[in-house]
Order: sequence, then structure tokens, then C-alpha cells
Amino acid sequence: MTHGPRPPHPPRWPRAVLATHTAAVYLFLYLPIAVLVAFSFNRARQTAAWEGFTLSWYGEMLRDERLLGAVRNSLLIAALATALATVIGTMAALAFAPAGSRPPRGHRPTEVLLLLPVILPEVVLGAALLTLFGAWRMRLSLATVLVAHVVFSISYVALVVRARLAGLDPALAEAARDLGAGGWEVFRRVTLPLALPGIAAGALLVFTLSIDDYVVTSFVAGVGATTLPLHIYSLLKAGVTPEINAVSTALLAVTVALIAVAHRLLRHEPGSAG
Amino acid sequence: MTDEGPEQDGAAARRHRRTAGRRGGPAGAGWGTLALALPAWLVLGVFFLLPLVLMLGVSGAERGVYGGLRPIADLAAYLRSGAFLASYRQSLQALYLGIAWRSLWMAALTTGLCLAIGFPAAYALALHAPRRRRGLLLGLVVVPLWTSFLIRTYAWMFILRSEGLLNHLLLSTGLASRPLPMLYTGAAVIVGLVYGELPFMILPLYAALERLDRTLLEAAADLGAGRAAVVRRVTVPLALPGLVAGVVLVFVPSLGQFVVSDLLGGAHTMLLGNLIQNQFAVARNQPFGAALAFELTAAVLLLLGAAGAAGAARATGAAGQAATEASASGQPPRGWELL
Repeated sequence: MTHGPRPPHPPRWPRAVLATHTAAVYLFLYLPIAVLVAFSFNRARQTAAWEGFTLSWYGEMLRDERLLGAVRNSLLIAALATALATVIGTMAALAFAPAGSRPPRGHRPTEVLLLLPVILPEVVLGAALLTLFGAWRMRLSLATVLVAHVVFSISYVALVVRARLAGLDPALAEAARDLGAGGWEVFRRVTLPLALPGIAAGALLVFTLSIDDYVVTSFVAGVGATTLPLHIYSLLKAGVTPEINAVSTALLAVTVALIAVAHRLLRHEPGSAG
Repeated sequence: MTDEGPEQDGAAARRHRRTAGRRGGPAGAGWGTLALALPAWLVLGVFFLLPLVLMLGVSGAERGVYGGLRPIADLAAYLRSGAFLASYRQSLQALYLGIAWRSLWMAALTTGLCLAIGFPAAYALALHAPRRRRGLLLGLVVVPLWTSFLIRTYAWMFILRSEGLLNHLLLSTGLASRPLPMLYTGAAVIVGLVYGELPFMILPLYAALERLDRTLLEAAADLGAGRAAVVRRVTVPLALPGLVAGVVLVFVPSLGQFVVSDLLGGAHTMLLGNLIQNQFAVARNQPFGAALAFELTAAVLLLLGAAGAAGAARATGAAGQAATEASASGQPPRGWELL
């Protein structure tokens, strides 16, 4: 490359300014979380003054029966919703994006159907489901919560799996067919293994979405169907207590552990388009 | 590609006809594979499309005395009288227009702030950060998205409240003589919204900037463009698909927000989302809530249409496609890929 009198680099924004700004952005993203974690070990009940180290809030958390019940409900809902949505969503993704090849004719309505729940504001989905359950005179319970979670989860699984399938080489499935594999065999031995990281990613995504969902759940949860976000929300409305910090910290720890596991799984997966 | 190809050579085509004759396997592309979407159609048809249709009906009904719906005796007369638009007319009252307006500008302000904060950060990550560290730095932007949204909002309650950390620091350093009211204000809502949505702006911007052909920046500089001119006339236009995606991903959720405004805001920061939730949970005025929900939906769809048009008009082909896909598919999948 030949250059005239101009410097060899494109004009860049002063690195120092940008670096400082970026560091500030990370500080902004993480400082509030760090504060929560730190103060979950603070002895003070009412103030934000540091009054010494304690684990008593964690003890209180573990004795809180209502909290533990909410955790159980959330885990149950998330596990069931993830299982159902992963199967249904993966099937839908396979329907309109078969391994790397062009989507079949007539796929457009399915595509729109799967996009809509993601696009619509959560309030609208919650209100619509409440309207339906009201019209059917269905008692709001954990079952209605499960239905709601499956509804918004299907789309996410389908979209993640579709992205994965779209990145696959259609020649692989074709080669398998040329070698004599039938449709089911191609699916089981070529498409499915290749799509698996996408399926796992989708499943993990909707698991966290389900565990974390407040908005839709708040519309369709009945008495006795309190999930963890609903319980936390009621605590927040009642006022800030150090116990919430402990709950938050525990939840953050679980999330970070999950991310670490997922990261490892995806990294060790062969032929990843990273 | 793999469907109906009798002119494809020899064995493959024969076998293809044979399998197609039995049943379109999942790996083949054709009408048969669309049957795989049947469960999704069933579930989403009954529990997504049907509820929306029902809610549309409810939005045209009248509220009953006890919070239910008033039965309609003569549907034809009811429709002719235009009474089915009552809830929509109600939403045009000054009080509700004010709330809609507040929702719009708060979402716009959030988007603007996210852009102002996120663009330089995404730029630094994509063009300055050492290649080896980029994955980690990007991962650090994604991680908050995987943590509980409620808890991230709570963190700001903890910091901003009267007995909170910030006031504690201000008081103990003597910068303030009494606690400043920071929580339950519009500013607190904006801070919470920006905090929650910022990663959704950085990620698509990063994705667009990272793909950017650097030689174009060099060429612009060689041709005598100054720093600002390069950013304005080369970087921003080329990153436009990512920019559009980021704006949509931040603006749309902010518009329908009700958690952040409920937790961090006060009586004067009610947004459309809160208003809708209120009609269903507290006021028991379902027709009005339903009408508001459809107005919010219309606004979101209009916005997405405009964003899609902007993306498509700008970049033909792959870039535009990427922008609409990124904006349409929601961020988490994308965030996942980046993780």
C-alpha cells in the first residue's frame, strides 16, 4: 500500500477518549449489580451505611417459605415451558428452514405467525391471554401461566434454530441422500446433530426468559400461582429490604453459572460458525 | 433446491422421487415439511391469534356495571350507532393523549441516550479493541441481558432511594444537606430504561461496525475527509442497518414498558403500558384496556414498517435483509449468537 503524506491509519476518534467512554459504559452496566451483591452482606437493615459483614440475609432467604415456594413454581413452569416450546419451536423451524436450503413455498404465513409474539409488546400478549381465559371462564393458575410461557417461548426457539439451520450447508443433507439415506435418516443423523447447538441455545434462552418473566405472568397468574418474579415484585413494592439483595445475588450467581456452562457447551461443539 | 428435480441426474433423483412418494421427510423442502409447523399453528392459533381476535371484539364492547362486558342486544344497531368505537374515542381524551405523548417522548429520549452512549462504545469495541479481547468484551455486554430484569431495575431503587447509596454518599461527603428525592421521578425511569436497554443498542451496532470494510475509511481519509466527515459520511451510513435495528430494539420495548415506570417512577410517570395494565388489573375496564393495547400494537407495527422501509431503501440485498431480520427477531437470539 502506498500512502501519500497522510498518516497510514484512517482518521480515528482519539483512542483515549473512546477507551474512557467504553470503560465508563462497562462501569455503568456493572456497578449497580456489584453494589447489590456487596450490600447483600451488609449488616444494616435500613440504611446504605456499611455496618459490617453478615450472612444473615441469606439465612433469612433460605427460611422464607413463600420465596422457596415461588422458586419451585418458577422452576417447574420454566422446565415444562422449555420442554414443550423446544419441541414445537424446533419443528416449526424445520418446517420453514430445512437445513440450509431455501424455505418451501407457502412458508410466509408461518414466518409471520412466529415473529408476531416476539414483536408485540408483552403487555398486549398478557392482556390478550387474560381476555381469552376470562372468556373461557378458566381459573387462573399455574396452568395458565404455563400456557402463556409456551406461547412466547415457541417463537424464540424457532428463530434461534432457524438461524442455525440457515447457516448449514445444504450439500450435507444432499450428500446423505445421495448415499442412500431416507428422509427420516437424514434428519436424525445429519440435520438434527448439526442443529443441536441451536436447539440447546434456544432452550436455554427460553428457560431464562421463562424464569425471568414478570409482565405476561402478572396478567395470567392466579392466587397460589406465584412465580419468583411475581414474589420479588411484591417484595419490591412493599419496600427495599436486605433480603432482596441476598435473593438477587443468589439469582445472579445461578445465572452466571448457567452462562458459563452454556458457553463451554457451545465452544466445544464441532464445526461452530464462530 | 432439493424439491422436485426430475432433471437432476440419475440415482439421487430416482431416490428422491421414491422418498417423496412415501412422505416428505423432515429434511426435504416442500409442502410436506410445512406440516411440521402444525403444532406451532395449533398452539399459537388458539392461545395467540384467537386471544387477539377476542380482544379486538372486547375493545368494541361496552363495560358492564360490575366490570365485565355489557351484553349487546342488537348487534346490527350497535354497530350502526358507532358505539363500538367508544373506547377508542375515550383514548383520545386529553388525559390519555398526555400519557401516550409521555410514553413516546420517554421512549425517544431513552433511544437517543442509548444511541449517544452506545455508538461510541460499539465503535471502540469493533474498531479499536484488540481482536483477541473482543469476544470477552462483547460477552460482558451480553451478560446483563441474561440476568433478571427485575433485579437490574431493583439495583437502581437501591441506589436512588432516599436512604439509598447515592444519597448516603452525598450526605456523608457533605454534598447535600438532606436526602435528594431521586427515586420515583421521571429521571429515575429514564436511567432505568437506558440501563436496561443499552445492550440492545450496542450489540447490533457492533455487529454492523465489525463487518464494515476498513479500507473505505482509509480511502475517505486519503481523499481528504476529516475525522467527523468520515464518521458522518462513511461510518454512519455503512452502519445504518445496525443503527436501525438498535433503534427499533430499544424504542419498541421502551414504548410498551410498565415495570420500570412502575418501580422507579412516581404518580406522574404513568406510561401507556401502566395504563393498559391498570385497565385490566385495577380499573376493570377491559374494553378500554383492549382498545389501548391495539393502539400500542398499531404504533409498534407502524414503527417496524418504517424501520423496515428505511433499512430496505438504504441497503439493497443482504444488509437490508440483515437489518429487518435483526429488528424482527428480537435481540436475545442475536445476543446468544454473539455470546
